[in-house]
Amino acid sequence: MPAANIQVSETPLVLYALRRADDALILGHRLSEWCGHAPMLEEDMALSNIALDLIGQARELYTYAAKAEGKDNDEDKLAYLRDVRQYRNLLLLEQPNGDFAQTLVRQFFYSAFADLYWRAMMISRDTTLAAIAAKSEKESAYHLRHASEWIIRLGDGTDESHARAQAAIDHLWAFTGEMFAVDEGERALIHADIAVDPGSLRGRWLTTLSGVVSEATLELPQTGWMQQGGRSGRHSEHLGHLLSELQSMQRTFPGQTW
Amino acid sequence: MVTVLEPHSELRQRAWDAAASVVDPEIPVLTIADLGVLRDVVLDGDHVEVAITPTYSGCPAMNMIALEIEVALERAGFRTPKVRTVLSPAWTTDWMSEEGRRKLHAYGIAPPQASNSRRALFGEQALTCPQCGSANTELLSEFGSTSCKALWRCRTCREPFDYFKCH
Repeated sequence: MPAANIQVSETPLVLYALRRADDALILGHRLSEWCGHAPMLEEDMALSNIALDLIGQARELYTYAAKAEGKDNDEDKLAYLRDVRQYRNLLLLEQPNGDFAQTLVRQFFYSAFADLYWRAMMISRDTTLAAIAAKSEKESAYHLRHASEWIIRLGDGTDESHARAQAAIDHLWAFTGEMFAVDEGERALIHADIAVDPGSLRGRWLTTLSGVVSEATLELPQTGWMQQGGRSGRHSEHLGHLLSELQSMQRTFPGQTW
Repeated sequence: MVTVLEPHSELRQRAWDAAASVVDPEIPVLTIADLGVLRDVVLDGDHVEVAITPTYSGCPAMNMIALEIEVALERAGFRTPKVRTVLSPAWTTDWMSEEGRRKLHAYGIAPPQASNSRRALFGEQALTCPQCGSANTELLSEFGSTSCKALWRCRTCREPFDYFKCH
């Protein structure tokens, strides 16, 4: 009998922590798919290391979400026993790895955001979130440096790498708007100085991007229509496939431990 | 079994020393005290609680370290020791002791550079080869065999070496 989905009482604070935890877990899982497949050994280690940081961040955030909910859930149940529609991550982060350029552009867009976001969250009134932010900020800054170096190398590299990097930017751009959107529940947390308004970071995020992208001889698209839905559980078809792999052991052997 | 007649400070020191003897499973020349991972030891009667802070969010060595602290304390006579993980303030390589830096260098790992001040997006670093002492070195990869290390190479002796990265 496969394990059933858990129910989560999504108060604004629980939902807030879940969204960030899901972001970190899904991107971490995507990066882990490169393990053993990266174009060179150094990158195999780099992507796995970044995945490890992100999964570590996810664990802290899930544990906090479970504590804020105050029921029977824990980090493992939240990760392994929610279905696609219960996942709250950004659509950007569940997009398939594609080629190396697509993985690095996705990483660049997100790390440039996460670096600013966690730095701003370090003064949250919620001491647990502030502590998680202080750790995540340092890690994100390092991830951003790694991704930025690759954007420049790919963009300012060969015709082929340039074309692939530009195609990845054009393809993933429509998923970036969701990073800056907030709903009513999160708005209340922002007013209470528990969360920060991601919209207030958009200008600086664009500045970071522009500097690197222009050095890479690439171009950012004109801002156009943006895709949304991940924050409320409306996902692309890719997430279900990802979860079927991520959750298969716990779904098949409920409560199994190593 | 620890006697309650022992002065509290001595007892705490004994608990601290036991916890401080635990080494990093990935870098066995460093104790968790050298690393700055050991933050606090609190005694309540003969129950002891040790606070540690993770180096990186996902560092898999932390589980192992927590287990070894419990074992070390039990060996020192403390019953039901507990290990608590604290995130704040966030760990920094600035907490690594001078002794720790010296041991790392002797072990062949370049120790973290002194300041953790936020550098520009692409900071310049200059490291000395822990094998031959040459300053003619280059970065091979920002990421190494564990979360806390980067991979470098010496252009003089041609040997690769780990760098405990500044964090």
